[in-house]
Amino acid sequence: MTSTDGAVDVRAAEPPSGRPSSGWPLLASELTVLFRRRRTWAMMLALAAVPVLMAIAVRASSAVPPGRGPAFLDRITQNGLFVGVTAMLVCVPLFLPLTVGVVAGDTIAGEAGLGTLRYLLVAPAGRVRLLLVKYAGAAAFCIVAPLVVALAGAGIGAALFPVGPVTLLSGDVITPEEAVVRLVLVAAYLTVSLLGLSAVGLFLSTLTDVPVGAMAATIVASVVSQVLGELPQLEWLHPWLFSHYWFGFADLLRQPIAWDSFGNNALLQAGYIAVFGALAYGRFVTKDILS
Amino acid sequence: MTAAGRGGELAIETHGLSKRFGHQLAVDGVDLSVPKGSVFGFLGPNGSGKTTTIRMLLGLAGATDGSVSVLGLEMPDRFREVLPRVGALVEGPAFYPFLSGAANLRRLDAADPHAEASTRRARVDAALERVGLTHAAGKKVRAYSLGMKQRLGIANALLSPRELLVLDEPTNGLDPQGTREVRSLVRSLAADGATVFVSSHLLAEVEQICTHAAVMSAGRLVAQGTLPELRDAGKARIRLVTPDAGLAEDVFARLGMTPVGGRSNGALVYSASVGEAGVQAGPGQKAGPGGRTDGAAPAGGEVEPEAIVAALVAAGVRVRGFAVEQGSLEDRFVALTGEGFDIAQ
Repeated sequence: MTSTDGAVDVRAAEPPSGRPSSGWPLLASELTVLFRRRRTWAMMLALAAVPVLMAIAVRASSAVPPGRGPAFLDRITQNGLFVGVTAMLVCVPLFLPLTVGVVAGDTIAGEAGLGTLRYLLVAPAGRVRLLLVKYAGAAAFCIVAPLVVALAGAGIGAALFPVGPVTLLSGDVITPEEAVVRLVLVAAYLTVSLLGLSAVGLFLSTLTDVPVGAMAATIVASVVSQVLGELPQLEWLHPWLFSHYWFGFADLLRQPIAWDSFGNNALLQAGYIAVFGALAYGRFVTKDILS
Repeated sequence: MTAAGRGGELAIETHGLSKRFGHQLAVDGVDLSVPKGSVFGFLGPNGSGKTTTIRMLLGLAGATDGSVSVLGLEMPDRFREVLPRVGALVEGPAFYPFLSGAANLRRLDAADPHAEASTRRARVDAALERVGLTHAAGKKVRAYSLGMKQRLGIANALLSPRELLVLDEPTNGLDPQGTREVRSLVRSLAADGATVFVSSHLLAEVEQICTHAAVMSAGRLVAQGTLPELRDAGKARIRLVTPDAGLAEDVFARLGMTPVGGRSNGALVYSASVGEAGVQAGPGQKAGPGGRTDGAAPAGGEVEPEAIVAALVAAGVRVRGFAVEQGSLEDRFVALTGEGFDIAQ
């Protein structure tokens, strides 16, 4: 520390040159921090454990009577690829929103809790840029999480059960390769489904310096949305709930693919992103960073 | 110090800067003027509004009232141009505990859109070397001691060439060796032409490294200027070593001087302030290595030092030691912030 001939030469200080770089280095850094974090790995392992446990349980038991357990469960023994679909179905109501709630709730509040938020802003990351990068990070997790379930399911299914041509809900038969494409499509559907929840989480995360609070609030929001969706008295509200189309991915398992629910879902989620993104923006750009 | 005349020479300038939290006015009408190239000590007791002021300087918190300009540009509006030229340590270091020291710095550097990615690794390594953390660069910050985190925080402020460094309590948690290193680092930064704004409540530290200082108390700026200016504003005092304490006290009383301490250690050391200063008690009479003795300085009041000695000798006081002590920054600080025994003043 005592040397004055360090490479950092203050005399070389110049006003920042005209064009600053885009947000890509920060986004790359954000993704690195997110996906190298042990917590993220733990959540992805937990998600991967769902299809694995499911497949092992089915393999160990004799036969699943049709119509018992989650949809498609009885088909697993005939075709291992169904493990992926079944596992995603099982993860939609709780496990996926749980992990996304953790990531989205942590976005701003986590940095505030660590105190790194002030250093990011002094760097200066720029509040809008940081918000966008943080949302992009959460969205990246929304892409990865369902894929983990789908691929872990397809993998364990292929290992424990026969893999062959897949009979779709419409009765058509497609090849295993095409079935994998459908599996990825379903995962993409879930990614879109979770984007609205991520925006809600991002907004909640700007409200507090306690990440656990924002995470819990986001998860509660997903539960509340689903509970409201179950109440027939509130039918007028149902199309506006972000969880309304969460189970609509069965349309992707028909021939030809029915894209209606995918489109409606995407539109609904875009609305949530717009509204809660704007709320997060309004809150975050004026917020006093005192953490 | 008017803004119009000196604006171009100021690294930090605030006018009527105020911050209100609910009913509490945390910062109240602060007019800071930090000259370019100075090492500026920002003093104040805990809770006097130092950190809140720093947060407003850096655009982290919005001012309730008043204006801030840093490096000649309005904050927070021009943060994109200002902040890349400012290195900051705000209210202690903060890092991702699950990342290594070097990875933390790379992360924070990536947040600066003006930082070149191609030189990132080299700059991070240079900054780590400058604070003596090269050997711990790959260690997770979770395993760092407080002092190591503090060093890493300073390294973060040095990632790019900076014109202004804002260091909030930079020696907090550091061992004596680290404290010395920070001091020498601050001096070398200043020698390179950077302005260094150091907030601290360690007066000895400020006294050793700063050229200028400002004192905050209860949200208000109560003094500001060069260090000699601040010291001179405090009263000088006389330190007398004599076996005839009782006689000496009578002489001092006759000269209109007030006692500030008393006898210490039974060694018949006696101190008295000069002139009509009020009671200045507190730790000011310590004549440690930091205490200033300046024979050429006027003794502050109407009484000349030589006249005091003459009066003492005339009264038959055996003078074994006599010194005129300039008020230390600590005395001044205590007088301004009204802490300790001084509360009635």
